[in-house]
Amino acid sequence: MKHKIELEVNGQKVEREVEPRLLLVHFLREDLGLTGTNVGCETSICGACTVLIDGKAVKSCSQLALQADGTKVTTIEGLAQGSQLHPIQEAFWEKHGLQCGYCTPGMILSAAYLLSHSPRPSKDEIRHALKGNLCRCTGYHNIVEAIEHASHKMSSATS
Amino acid sequence: MAKVLGTSIKRREDPALVTGRGKYTDDIKLERMAHAAIVRSPYAHAKIRGIDTTAALAAPGVLAAYTAADVAKAGLPGMIPVGWLLPDLKTPAHPMLAIDTVRHVGDAVAVVVAENRYLARDAADLVAVDYDPLGAAVDPKGATAAGAPQVHPEAPGNIAFDWELGDRAKTDAAFAKPAHHVVVDLRNNRLIPHAIEPRSALASFDSSKGELTLTLTTQNPHVHRLLMCLASIGLPETKVRVIAPEVGGGFGSKIHHYADEAITSFCSMQLDRPVKWTATRTETNATDAHGRDHVSKAELALDAAGRILGLRVHTYANLGAYLSTFGPSVPTYLYGTLLSGQYAIPAIHCQVLGVFTHTTPVDAVRGAGRPEATYVVERLLHLAADQLGIDQAELRRRNFIPPDAFPFQTEVALQYDSGNYEPALDRALEMVGYQALRADQAKRRSSGGKQIGLGLSSYIEACGLAPSKVVGSLGAQAGLWESADVRVQPTGGVTVYTGSSPHGQGHETTFSQIVADKLGVPMDQVQIIHGDTGQVQFGMGTYGSRSAAVGGSAIARSADKIIEKGKRIAAHLLEAAAEDIELADGKFSVKGSPDKGVGWGDVALQAYLAHNFPEDLEPGLQAVTFYDPANFTYPFGTHIAVVEIDPEIGQVKLLRYVAVDDVGNVINPMIVDGQIHGGLAQGIGQALWENAVYDETGQLVTASLMDYALPRAHNLVAFELDRTVTPCPHNPLGVKGVGEAGAIASPVAVVNAVMDALSPWGIRHVDMPLSAEKVWRAIREAEAKRAAA
Repeated sequence: MKHKIELEVNGQKVEREVEPRLLLVHFLREDLGLTGTNVGCETSICGACTVLIDGKAVKSCSQLALQADGTKVTTIEGLAQGSQLHPIQEAFWEKHGLQCGYCTPGMILSAAYLLSHSPRPSKDEIRHALKGNLCRCTGYHNIVEAIEHASHKMSSATS
Repeated sequence: MAKVLGTSIKRREDPALVTGRGKYTDDIKLERMAHAAIVRSPYAHAKIRGIDTTAALAAPGVLAAYTAADVAKAGLPGMIPVGWLLPDLKTPAHPMLAIDTVRHVGDAVAVVVAENRYLARDAADLVAVDYDPLGAAVDPKGATAAGAPQVHPEAPGNIAFDWELGDRAKTDAAFAKPAHHVVVDLRNNRLIPHAIEPRSALASFDSSKGELTLTLTTQNPHVHRLLMCLASIGLPETKVRVIAPEVGGGFGSKIHHYADEAITSFCSMQLDRPVKWTATRTETNATDAHGRDHVSKAELALDAAGRILGLRVHTYANLGAYLSTFGPSVPTYLYGTLLSGQYAIPAIHCQVLGVFTHTTPVDAVRGAGRPEATYVVERLLHLAADQLGIDQAELRRRNFIPPDAFPFQTEVALQYDSGNYEPALDRALEMVGYQALRADQAKRRSSGGKQIGLGLSSYIEACGLAPSKVVGSLGAQAGLWESADVRVQPTGGVTVYTGSSPHGQGHETTFSQIVADKLGVPMDQVQIIHGDTGQVQFGMGTYGSRSAAVGGSAIARSADKIIEKGKRIAAHLLEAAAEDIELADGKFSVKGSPDKGVGWGDVALQAYLAHNFPEDLEPGLQAVTFYDPANFTYPFGTHIAVVEIDPEIGQVKLLRYVAVDDVGNVINPMIVDGQIHGGLAQGIGQALWENAVYDETGQLVTASLMDYALPRAHNLVAFELDRTVTPCPHNPLGVKGVGEAGAIASPVAVVNAVMDALSPWGIRHVDMPLSAEKVWRAIREAEAKRAAA
């Protein structure tokens, strides 16, 4: 039996009937066509599926779509303002914070959550904040650089 | 024009990837697409008594369920072939669906296709397989023992090959009475590659044309198509198109031809509709080809002055249950040939037994054979320095091949074309502050508490796979050239069709840099097409640090041919002789009168309008190159790891990591550094955390990321990098390759550092991964032994 859910995804109201067992990540990818959110492990370890739910970083492979009823979800597709990249996206590009790009949406959204509550984190804080996101390409070196760079850009833009 | 080669230009790949628009295989949806779920063996070794798909077929949304009997009924060859051969290699069959025996946990037994992935998984669980479980051979050495369970009747004693390299008699003579004899037993731990994107295949068969389009997580679409058509699906290459869309990392695991893409293709051919299969992480762990898993006895003979006299190694290499695509080449051509390291070693002998076991097939994982060789050589050097009481750096220095000895013929087949090892060692020592750290170490040793250790790794690798003549002479029966088709469009834009197929390396950016530099056109007018057998004529793909050295060289050669043709067209337009035309900053002009000239736009347009060309000038502006390198390339360097050990709890903490690499000329420094970073993380991961574990029944204990520890950001440090530059003398770019350097050098640097920290306890060796428990036990055992003495 399907249940109705209503939520906001990337600023757009969404109403759908979903099966109770449907995972949020599959709802986003297959029902809404938002394939930027990736699945890497389905055990909530790798973090490739990270999205923001009401501003908090959440692993969408370990949530049911039903649990997102009434929430505001932000996926990687919702971060840029039109063609203007979000400063974290810019910083990942500038600092070579990605290679294959598969973990990148999750990394960027985890970084967005970090910077939302800690605007000027130390490198060590950044590394610890990424403990739920695995990257196999970059050795994290340039991801840390990118997030630090973004934090400088974002805090100087707001101050 | 601003310099493009050697410049850190931001990647053109990234805007799509940072916005979630990059399309990986599982992101692609086709009309009427169904989903496959593969039923896999839960046993390492069992006879299949029967398979009942009745319940699965009756489940909601199920379209079909197939077993090996259906493959046979359809008349498909249904086999997964090995890609590289060795002399006297045993090549037992590897059916794409198990026929009557399963040989590892994860071996494919049946497949269910349903309307969506949830229903397919539900139904897969309803397939009833009646197994008769048998004993399993797991450990590569144990599998060769009398009475061990046998994997294939064609390979008695589970031996797939017994391979030797070097001069046994000469080496034995070097060991007859050396002043110093170093011996160590080493286990190179088994790795699971763990690309973060799981493998996936989307097969779309169109019966009206008899054509199959396969979108695949692949590092080499042409090689996949070739192997599929040779042995798996019974279609000719003209009817099969393989496409690599965005590929989310590979590290070797997406080179190999797996049963899964053949099964998915079979389903699509049977149902005449698109079928997608995407692995779960547990499936990838049980089926992605694993890496390493060597059990070795390694020996070094030295004279009284610390000069190496000989090196001898005997290795059991685990091949898993079947020969994977490159499986036999990894512990042989890519391992034994590297055992001279950076050193002038007058006698080397290597014997490798390739062993079948009831485990996942083992094949190339980042570094592939070369990390194993570096581990042997640099562990021996470390132990020798300790045993002889010579400083680690000094012993290496004494044995380096001197810079004037190149080209240097090693005792293990390779001829190193170039090298200059001391500057990299010196720079690494300077960067790490070697003397100061040794002083700090001495102080800590006398005061107790946490100890530090320094580990050196002066490594060499053979990259740019592979010069066909060299590997052919070793018996490979296959070379590894690369193709590049460069076409100048009528309006002056340049399209490159390359056989190198990236999965995160940034080929579109670096290859554009090569072309822009050669032709003098803006980078944004260069388009790079890759990863599609429907567009690129043929290619060998991306692995073995080969894309810049082989693929890039092919592009550079084609660009040279384009320039030659361009000069002839310009000569026609400028009414001059072709030998008088020169190209500078994208403009052809007559020597001596640079003001009068024509650009690529003019030349290209005329190449296609071509209405008044002289008779000996063909229209069009295109050049194709099949570039077969003259030799491997030989990147090298010295890495130094600094670790801290807490003797109370055994915890190892990586404090610093310095890497000085010589990868030849550099196309894009930012991308080169990124490649080193990633390799380091994997190698450090192998040394400290990563380990694929089977229990004695052949169950994969580390079947998910809950059990297999990948390095995380907070486990690692900011890497300190530098370079020396010794260009490769035999390719047009002077580049050597960088993808694997970090993974080759770093495991042993870290292990040597930990052993250095443990040397006050008299601990010589502990096998990777160096978990807190292992280190703690080693210290306790050493203390107990000391107390008893």
